[in-house]
Amino acid sequence: MAAEPDAALPPAAAALPDGRWRPLEIAFWLIPVAAFFLLPGYRVLGSQILIAGLFAVSLDLILGYAGIVSLGHAAFFGIGAYTAGLLAAHGWGEPLTGLLAAAVVAAAAGFVVSLLVVRGSDLTRLMVTLGIGLMLYEAANKASSITGGVDGLSGVTMGKILGVWSFDIGGRTAYLYSLAVLFVLFVLMRRLVNSPLGLSLRGIREGGRRMPAIGAPVARRLRTIFTVSAAAAGVAGALLAQTTQFVGIDTLGFPRSAELLVMLVLGGVGRLYGGLVGAAIFMLAQDYLAGLSPVYWQLGIGILLIVVVLFARGGVLGGLAALRERIARGRR
Amino acid sequence: MLGSFVGVLFDGIAYGSLLFIIAIGLSVTLGLMNFVNLAHGAFAMLGGYVCVKAMTLAGVPFLAALPLAFFAAAVAGIVLERTLYQRLYRASHLDQVLFSIGLVYVSIAAATFVFGPGQQPVELPSFLRGQVEIGGRGFGTYRMFLIATVAVLTIALHLLFDRTRFGAAIRASVDNAVAAAGLGINVNRVFALTFALGSGLAGLGGGLGIDVLGLDPVFPLKFMVYFLLVVAVGGIGTIKGPLCAALILGVFDVAGKYYAPQVGGFVIYALMVVLLLLFPSGLYGRRT
Repeated sequence: MAAEPDAALPPAAAALPDGRWRPLEIAFWLIPVAAFFLLPGYRVLGSQILIAGLFAVSLDLILGYAGIVSLGHAAFFGIGAYTAGLLAAHGWGEPLTGLLAAAVVAAAAGFVVSLLVVRGSDLTRLMVTLGIGLMLYEAANKASSITGGVDGLSGVTMGKILGVWSFDIGGRTAYLYSLAVLFVLFVLMRRLVNSPLGLSLRGIREGGRRMPAIGAPVARRLRTIFTVSAAAAGVAGALLAQTTQFVGIDTLGFPRSAELLVMLVLGGVGRLYGGLVGAAIFMLAQDYLAGLSPVYWQLGIGILLIVVVLFARGGVLGGLAALRERIARGRR
Repeated sequence: MLGSFVGVLFDGIAYGSLLFIIAIGLSVTLGLMNFVNLAHGAFAMLGGYVCVKAMTLAGVPFLAALPLAFFAAAVAGIVLERTLYQRLYRASHLDQVLFSIGLVYVSIAAATFVFGPGQQPVELPSFLRGQVEIGGRGFGTYRMFLIATVAVLTIALHLLFDRTRFGAAIRASVDNAVAAAGLGINVNRVFALTFALGSGLAGLGGGLGIDVLGLDPVFPLKFMVYFLLVVAVGGIGTIKGPLCAALILGVFDVAGKYYAPQVGGFVIYALMVVLLLLFPSGLYGRRT
């Protein structure tokens, strides 16, 4: 059975590779900069949103562009977080090399997992990613002498970034650091999905059976993007470890993978910016609702998911795009 | 060593048969409508709560509370199927996953809100407590009851699938829904009824399982992997496959926790990944 084109995703034909930055995109990136100056009290939450955004964009690479549904993406986030955290806890507190190490380790793990994931159907992929995520969680839980187990890894002491900026309690450095890393990686990922590789991934998503006929090595493409995505997720995890100077075991847990999917779907799958928008909405709602009661939060996230799936396929950005199209058509 | 092995095997089989009875409905949902329903455990949880509350609030005896658990879960299943699930049969797997995760969260929140976050205790009737001596070895009475119940249910299900017209309709719809519809089988109705049956069995399993699996609001999340695993490893559209998978899973899980407690749940997840890679379409799966 050929995969049906997913209504939630934008049509591939609408976006032939075009690397130019549109004014709307530049305006979008001015928002976090403005937030830094206008909302100094929210910098800690802000840096968490930026990190979640990076994590969500990393999932978008495999879900939105390659069409791989993963229920265990937190595995790479956690691997990155523990790599950076353990390095810093054992005396290597230099942040940028810590990020690099996290990216390398997560990418290596991602490559190994990708060998398993490219085989099999949707359901097998789902179960394999879920199983690997749970396995890592159990492993981290049992190896408490190294990871701190359920108590988490503390004693993470960070050095200064580039030897100049040290992390402060108000989250000023953490915010700017996260924003800078997010932006750099976003530019790279944006370039990647607009490259021929990105286009062939979309081809695989729309009809994996036909891609070999035009000479595209499907398995290799999927392995590549999965590895890249794992590396980006690892960097996001490392950022969280470095900015909070703590690694909890929940960085590896299933709820984090599930929440990640929620963020991405909420924002809109397959458009990169969807992950960022979704992460912002999700984290702000969580901050508000979980403050009232954790039960409300669970109820809220559940209902939100059901509503998005039933009525708002494509998420916020998908909805906005549809609206814009309708207005444009009305004008004509 | 041998003595503990027999005990582990026995406990594992009891545990596995419980998993089977809960997960068999999921196997049918997945096979019949290709629907990835991560919220299947919520029906088991509902059955468990109905069972506990019927016993503590209304004084219903345990054996009479079990059919109640079945019916409550079956009714909930058919209502949700008609109102929500059936809208998503043609949706992508991603949408189905997200929708059912949403349902899991809602059920957790609702259960916490109504019943509180703690574990629910169950008072088993006295004739199901204690142990029975066989060959100088003690076996838990309740676990024997579990195995016997599941054995009877399995035979009944087998007869239903293999010997009745309804069973033939289910098998035909699993094999090829379009052709089955063309032959005059009302596939939608078959599916709604099967969904209700599957949810009901999950509810029954939830009620039976309180003593073994426990019952608290995070039940659907905690056991989600196990149910999925039974189906993914067992393959879809058969009874034999999930049964074998559930028994293997139960025995390995109990053995892992007994002989290597420091490794814990790791055994199960590793087993799952290995089995999935070796048998991508299940132990008894039919390749398409």
